[in-house]
Parts: sequence; structure tokens; C-alpha cells
Amino acid sequence: MKRSRAPYWLALPGWLWLAIFLVVPIAAMASVSLTTGNLIDGFAQTLSVSNYSDAIAKYSTQLVRSLVYGGVATLLMLILGYPVAYWIAFKGGHRKSMFLFLLLLPFFVSFVLRTISWGFLLADDGILFGTLKGWGLLPEDFHVLATTVAVIGGLVYNFLPFMILPIYVALERVDPRVIEAAYDLYASRFDAFRRVVLPLSLPGVFAGVLMTFVPASADPVNAAVLGGTGNTMIGNIIQTEYLVNSNYPTASALSFTLMAVLLVGIFIYARALGTENVMEAAAR
Amino acid sequence: MSEAIPAIELDGVVKEYLSHGETVQAVKGVSLAIGEGEFFSLLGPSGCGKTTTMRMVAGFEEPTKGVVRLHGQDVTDVPPNKRDVNMVFQSYALFPHMSVWENVAFGLRRRRVPDAEVKQRVGEILEIVDLTGREKRRPREMSGGQQQRVALARALVNRPRALLLDEPLGALDLKLRQAMQIELKRIQREVGITFVYVTHDQSEALTMSDRIAVMNDGLVEQLATPREIYEKPASKFVAGFIGTSNLLTGTVASVEGAGAVVRLGAEDRILVSGPSTAGETVDLTVRPEKITISTEQPEGDLSVVRGTVNEVVYLGTYNSYAVGLADGAEIMVFQQNANDSSVTAERGDTVWLSWQPQHSYAL
Repeated sequence: MKRSRAPYWLALPGWLWLAIFLVVPIAAMASVSLTTGNLIDGFAQTLSVSNYSDAIAKYSTQLVRSLVYGGVATLLMLILGYPVAYWIAFKGGHRKSMFLFLLLLPFFVSFVLRTISWGFLLADDGILFGTLKGWGLLPEDFHVLATTVAVIGGLVYNFLPFMILPIYVALERVDPRVIEAAYDLYASRFDAFRRVVLPLSLPGVFAGVLMTFVPASADPVNAAVLGGTGNTMIGNIIQTEYLVNSNYPTASALSFTLMAVLLVGIFIYARALGTENVMEAAAR
Repeated sequence: MSEAIPAIELDGVVKEYLSHGETVQAVKGVSLAIGEGEFFSLLGPSGCGKTTTMRMVAGFEEPTKGVVRLHGQDVTDVPPNKRDVNMVFQSYALFPHMSVWENVAFGLRRRRVPDAEVKQRVGEILEIVDLTGREKRRPREMSGGQQQRVALARALVNRPRALLLDEPLGALDLKLRQAMQIELKRIQREVGITFVYVTHDQSEALTMSDRIAVMNDGLVEQLATPREIYEKPASKFVAGFIGTSNLLTGTVASVEGAGAVVRLGAEDRILVSGPSTAGETVDLTVRPEKITISTEQPEGDLSVVRGTVNEVVYLGTYNSYAVGLADGAEIMVFQQNANDSSVTAERGDTVWLSWQPQHSYAL
């Protein structure tokens, strides 16, 4: 029988979309990252790799800080998010959809606004700390805003649902009878979790970490709104270089560096967690 | 068996659920004792409470009332991981992320059995269920029948004092199911463990069990050997649920000693023991294969009814007749295809049906 070509044609819009909106911009950006010049005289393609070495040398502090903030935030999200996902999946009962809706509710407010409202909340003399200071429960010089804690806290708050949802989906798929089987075979609650539930939820953990670590590391909003001068992240630098300084080559080079670092990080992470295990558990 | 301490004992066990604000009784008071080494079946339609009963033995459900004893010990409040029984789940519930070997070794490892012994016992049990050489496979790489045997091995390797099986053959096709029935029976004999088998398939229960508890609507309707349940059903429900049964309703015409004569139509005469008042209405049952079909009125002390053949079906090993009676009831008759395959009567013929008095019971 002659094979129909229709499926390939049906995939065409998707391919076109990817080509136009992903491949072309990335190629353009790569090209820009190798140019020299300025806004007034124009940029010329000089294939100058020094853009990269200069940018990395200048902003390595912020680059490393971004990865550390992103990493710490991701870890905290995992610790906070896993129990929530677990509780909704196994104890949510017929109210599951309501809990998921509540989880997504903050997304109805803009990302920037949510972060700014955190700024109000954490302000030195704001509703929370101002009141507590008034009651004498906190020392006068206590502050959270413009510190590392505020930035990481903001990242955790903003990206937490992206950690919870994939873990929830993975846990939801675990057959409750498989957990019963573990109890039946003399497993304690802890053993049943460690040997059965946790391994079966790893694909969700894997996805959740990716979906939070990547955007959190590159995020410019939280550091700008909640951080101080010592908390600048690489996202802020890229934004400033591009929009304020119009230094397109440096901004592009930094973007690519960040992308490369994240890709390498993800690769190492996938190997460490065992892609085989993840894929196998996911393929079930 | 009756003198020794039973392997499993249920004493007035009741299980209530709260469903949409209403209390529902899934099990309405079950008391039974299962002997050591017995192959015991809980048989009934879905929703009869058989699975809930088994889950209370396993420890997954706590009885609302009543006591569960294992080998004389009250285990009503003991969690499943501390009970010396293992379960084979309906969908097998194998650990999808573990190999066959790891699945089977799971229970032994939780009990901290030394590695050398784990190796030996897992090897032995895999040989019994004929899965040697497939230790490294994952459950999803195996057929339904093989997964079934992994589930069995995973439970049996722990040498539990009783094995609970929840419709373990339900997902298999007919041929494999029949093969596994024989296999299960062999394994049970080999390991000598008490088996409690939950099923809705009456032929499965009849084939394998030493004794069967037929359950309906949260209660045990009859607890007896397969033969007794088939030959002497204790209730209308059991008669209807097990095999093909003819249910007749008639009036007691006269009482003669210990027996009574029940009439359906003018020429009918059914002999039954039990009812003692003339004029009483009785339900009675007779199995299709116990009935002889003839074109002439039979002689002797038999139960006899007269009817018209509505349908004749040739089924290879036997002929099946549907005979309409004067009162509108229809009786099924199976006639063994022993000597020649010709039928005794054709559609529309008037026939006599007769059977030995001991084959019909008042219910």
C-alpha cells in the first residue's frame, strides 16, 4: 500500500513555526554576538570571539550568582513543592481540580505585579515588618528587601507552581494498588515511599527541576524588584546591555553563554539522575 | 480441620462506608473460618462485598465491627505490612520500575533476609512459576500470563501463612485462564499454603476450590463444597448464580410423609421434600442436565411435567431444549449426545420432562 504523505504535510506549519521563530532569531543572535561597533557608527560582522571572553570576564560574578540563586531556589521549590504535589495527588479526593486551580490562581495576576506586591510585603516599614516592628517583635534595623533572601524568596514564590504541576502529574499516575502492594510486602510507610513512590515520581521531579531552574536562573525581574545592588543576576545584565546600553554584541554573547551553561548543566543533571531511569519510568 | 485453629477467621465482620453523606454497608456481617491449607473461594457478583472482605483480611480495610483472626490471633488493628498474609492483586500491581527479580525479592528484602537466602529463594520460586531466565525483564516487557506469574511469585516467595488472590485471572484470555487455573492448583498443592480466592467466575471457583462461600449483597448465602453448592443450592440466588438452573414456582397439592407433591399444571407432579402445608406456594429448582425428555409419559416414582418444545439447539456434546410449560415458565433441558446425535423432539412437539425426586429442592 502506498504510504500517505499527509502526516508530513500536516507537520509543516509546526516546522515553519520553529524555523521562523526559533532557528532564525537564534542564528541572527549568534551573528550579532560576533560583531563589533556601536549604535551610532553601526555594527560590523568581524567574527570577534573576544566578545565572549570579554563578557564572561566582566560578568562572571553575576553569571555564577545567577546559577547559585537559581539552584538554591530550585532546591527550595523541590522541598516545598513535592509535599504539596503529593498531598493533592493522594489526599486531594474529589477536590483535586479545585486545589490545582488555586495553585494556578496567582497566574491571573501579571508576573511583574506579583513580584512588586512582594516588594510591598517585604518593605522595611511595610504592612508586615512595619507592624511587627511597631509591636517591638522585630529589631528596628531588621530588613529583608534588597537581600539575597528576598530575591531567592521571590524566585521560589514565582516559579513554585511549575515545580508542583509536573510532580503532581507523575504522582497522579502512580497506581494506588502498587503502593498497597508495597505495604502488603512488609514495607513501612517510609520504605514504600522511598522504594516505590519516589522512583515512580522521578520523571515529574526531572521535568519540574528543568521548568524552574532554567527560567529562575535567567530571570531579571526578581533581582530588579526585590534585590539590591549586590544581587544583580545575569538576566539584569543582559537586559541593561541590550535595552539601556544598546551593546548588542555583549548582550548576545552573554545570552549564548547562559544558554550554553544551562544546556551543559541540564546534560550533567540528566546523566546524574539517570536518563535511562527517567525515560524508562516515563515510558511506562 | 474443624478441631485445629483456623488459618483465617472472620467473626461478625461488618464494613460500612460513607458515600455522599450516606452510610453504605459493603459487608453486612460475615463470619467464616478457613482451614489451614485450604483452597477457599469467595464467589459472587460485583458489588457483593467479596473484595472488601478480602481486603479486611489483608489489612487494607478496617472492619467497622467484628474481629479478624489469623491463626487464632486477633489482627483487626494490625497494619498490612505486619500481617503474615500476602496478596495477588487484580491488576498484578507489579512495581513497574523494577525487574522481575527485584519485584520478587522486594518482600524478603523488607524483612532483612540475608542476601544469599534471598538469591536462593527467589531462584526457587521463579522456577516454580516457570520464569527462570527472565529475571532481568521489566513487567511491561512481559505478557499478561507472565506478569500474573511474577505477581504470584512475589507473594509466594515470602512463604506467607495465607495467600489472598483478588480475581487474579480476570485479565487473561479464556485459554490462558484455564491453563492458569490448573497451574494455580498445582502450585497450591506444591507449597501447601492456604489460598483465599476472590472471583465472580463460578466455573473458576468450582474448578479450583475446596470450599466456596457464595456472597450476595454483603452476606454469605451459602458456604459449602463446590459439589454441594452445585447440587444443593441453598437459595434462589445461589441456584441462579451457579450454573444453569430452572426455577419453578408451584403450589403444594398434597403432603405425603416427608415429601410433598407440587403442581404447576393439571398433569404435572413434582415431588419435593421440605414444604409441609398444602396450598403453600413454593419455589423450586432443578438442573437442566438432570431432566430426561421423552415423548411418552414416563413410568415410576419421578417428578413429571408436561410442556411444548420452544427451541432445540445442537451444541456438540449435548442438545439443549427450551420447553414451555402450561403456566408460561420455560425449562432448559440438556440431553447428552451419547449414542446418536438425533433429537428426541422437534420444535412444537409436546413432551414429558421427568427427573429423580432428589434433584429438585424447595428454596
